[in-house]
Amino acid sequence: MIHHSRRKTVAAIALAAAGALVFTGCSGEQSEDENGPVTLTITANAITGGKNAAEADWVTDWVIPQFEDAMKEEGKDVTVEFEPQGVDDENYKTKIALDLQSGEGSDIIGMDGIWVGEFAEAGYIKPLSDVGGDAVDGWEGWDQIPEAVQNAVSFDGDRYGVPQGADGRVLYYNKDLFKQAGLPEDWQPESWDDVIEAGKALKKLDGVTPIQLNAGTAMGEATTMQGMLPALVGTGEQVYEDGKWVGDTDGMRDVLDLYKTIYVDEKLGDAVLQQEAAGRDTSFQMFAANQIGILLEGDYFWRSVVNPEEGVGTAPMANRDEVVGYTKIPAMKPGSGVDDQDFVSMSGGTGRVLNPNSDHPELAWELLAFMNSKEAYEARNEGTISITPRTDVNDEILSEDPMLTYVSEEVLPITAYRPPLAAYPQVSTAMQQASLDVVSGTSVDDALATYVDSLKDIVGDDAVSGD
Amino acid sequence: MTASTTTTPAGSAIAPRRRRADDVAGLGTARAGIFVAPALIIIGLFLLFPAVWTIWLGMTDYRLTGLQAASPEFVGFENYIDALTDPSFWNSLGLTLVFVVASGIVGQTLIGFALAWSVRNIHGWVKALIEGLVLAAWVIPASVASFLWLVLMDRRSGTLNGLLGTDGYAWLIEHPMEAIILFNIWVGTAFSMQLFSSALSAVPPSQIESAKMVGASGWQQLRDVIIPNIKGHILTNTLLITLWTFNTFTPYLVTAGGPNGKTEILSVYIYETAIPGGQLGLGAAISLIMLLINLVIALAYIRVSRGRKKA
Repeated sequence: MIHHSRRKTVAAIALAAAGALVFTGCSGEQSEDENGPVTLTITANAITGGKNAAEADWVTDWVIPQFEDAMKEEGKDVTVEFEPQGVDDENYKTKIALDLQSGEGSDIIGMDGIWVGEFAEAGYIKPLSDVGGDAVDGWEGWDQIPEAVQNAVSFDGDRYGVPQGADGRVLYYNKDLFKQAGLPEDWQPESWDDVIEAGKALKKLDGVTPIQLNAGTAMGEATTMQGMLPALVGTGEQVYEDGKWVGDTDGMRDVLDLYKTIYVDEKLGDAVLQQEAAGRDTSFQMFAANQIGILLEGDYFWRSVVNPEEGVGTAPMANRDEVVGYTKIPAMKPGSGVDDQDFVSMSGGTGRVLNPNSDHPELAWELLAFMNSKEAYEARNEGTISITPRTDVNDEILSEDPMLTYVSEEVLPITAYRPPLAAYPQVSTAMQQASLDVVSGTSVDDALATYVDSLKDIVGDDAVSGD
Repeated sequence: MTASTTTTPAGSAIAPRRRRADDVAGLGTARAGIFVAPALIIIGLFLLFPAVWTIWLGMTDYRLTGLQAASPEFVGFENYIDALTDPSFWNSLGLTLVFVVASGIVGQTLIGFALAWSVRNIHGWVKALIEGLVLAAWVIPASVASFLWLVLMDRRSGTLNGLLGTDGYAWLIEHPMEAIILFNIWVGTAFSMQLFSSALSAVPPSQIESAKMVGASGWQQLRDVIIPNIKGHILTNTLLITLWTFNTFTPYLVTAGGPNGKTEILSVYIYETAIPGGQLGLGAAISLIMLLINLVIALAYIRVSRGRKKA
């Protein structure tokens, strides 16, 4: 008996000791030593050999050694570490939100521009100049970045991060399949009906899903940006207009009807694919395997998915340049788009922010500015070209890639942006659910009613349009 | 309970017992307090504080991001009312019940027992092989196991479709609940098997021999000799399996709660609400409801086991 209780005591002491170790571990923050070695960390949803591989490679192979060398010349001992992630955007967002909430996280964090509002409201991120100091406003790069692009990572009139680039959405189509279906290889649909007609022709081909229009919650924001919103602006409406969020309007009804036509009535799309956990990646693989006829995606698809370059594309197509066609997204009918446009698009932007919890915020800003320098973008574009936020770089490099030139010249002038409001991500989720409901067989009326209910829960009854 | 078998006269037994309750180690209150303080601090820090914190969070509109993340407001029981009036909560609870009964109570317990029963008289490498295979499923980390199941049930190049010739059939979309039930049985049956194996080996052979001598059939032996002998094990096993299955999160790795919430068992529902959904306050409230359901299960078990011991 005594033996037993002694053992318990020993165990309690051991536990206490372990606990004490844990605490000392927690409080063991690096001491702020100006001359001592400093470690900076960068995180992004990019990983070598996987998602956004080109960015990950650029950070590890170019940014880190170049910056470390530059610092060494200034007599500073700086080590930079890259913490790669290669997960769904939703999971990545959760991770960085939890990091920031607990006062942790990398010094430089890549994020989708649309998260900036809610992160700022939560106090997780702060205006750049509050974190990085006076050097921020004096940076030469701001003159090169158009205001519209800067806005992608701004909130309430403050810059929260440095934008990484601009993008635009187009319809991709497979020219081989179009040829087989007797459709023109040089294709420009003028209306939704044109797209549906092409889909019907493609349906005759064996083993081909004619149209893939993202739907459902499993795809997250991809559904909103590559499905609901491009369709909605094609009806002439915007998700947020005059202080109200789009509710039960003609435009929303038309959008959900479009989903119903594609997935339920005409069976031109694969409704099951929309519900699969890895549906979006699967749709990429299928497009690359010539199994999807028409796909609405951003220029990211061209740069990072079907890119034939080794280690860059996640679903590389060796004959991309010959087979993959791209064309502007038509409005519902000619002239029915926002601002009476015939063609529409949506743009988003990503950027990098400074972590306010950083131990070395000014040095972190130096690194961030370095990552957005002209040389850095030039190095970044050696592997794969993307539309950069800097006009000086774009002027030089975009001509090398016809697709990105097309986006920059034809798409960006007609594009629309998501509202930079904190409520947007929740509204987006409600829209995804509405598309999922329709695709999985619910009537448009019921799906719309559910959507309006959840919308009112999110933004309040007065901020919903259309009743 | 077994203390009553001592031969000490009833009268004198009281005195030492009282002393024992006062100060068994002779340390005195203060020194004893110092000894238990570290343990109490740890319990307080890692058990009590999170519990209280969960209760507090459950009464706020705390969110992962946005204004409510910076300054959450006290909303009282609003989250509980919201959760209890939300059809998706009840849907999730219903799914959880189906999942627990089918995969835990029926699946793991019955199959575990059947396995233990069928290998009880086998020895040598055959037994080792069977036990090894079942244990392997249990030892493999859940993340790996779930990946194996994803590969098995994949729509395009899955093993199952290859075997059955049902190319393109999306098992995880068409039969998601059945899939996670089978998955959980596969993952967890080893525990029941091991527990029942040791229970069966503890059944006195003499009783089985006697039963055989009076001509009892296999079923009669099971009913009249084996089960009465291992009742306690059955009860313990059922409780543990019920609680584990009720709280398990691994099915999320197979179906992610989908499609359209069809496998959103309670643990997944809480995760979806709190983390990707960002509603930490509501998630905390549902967690507490889940904790209370756990308590009810545990209390029911204690009652049953007490009743059994008295009888």
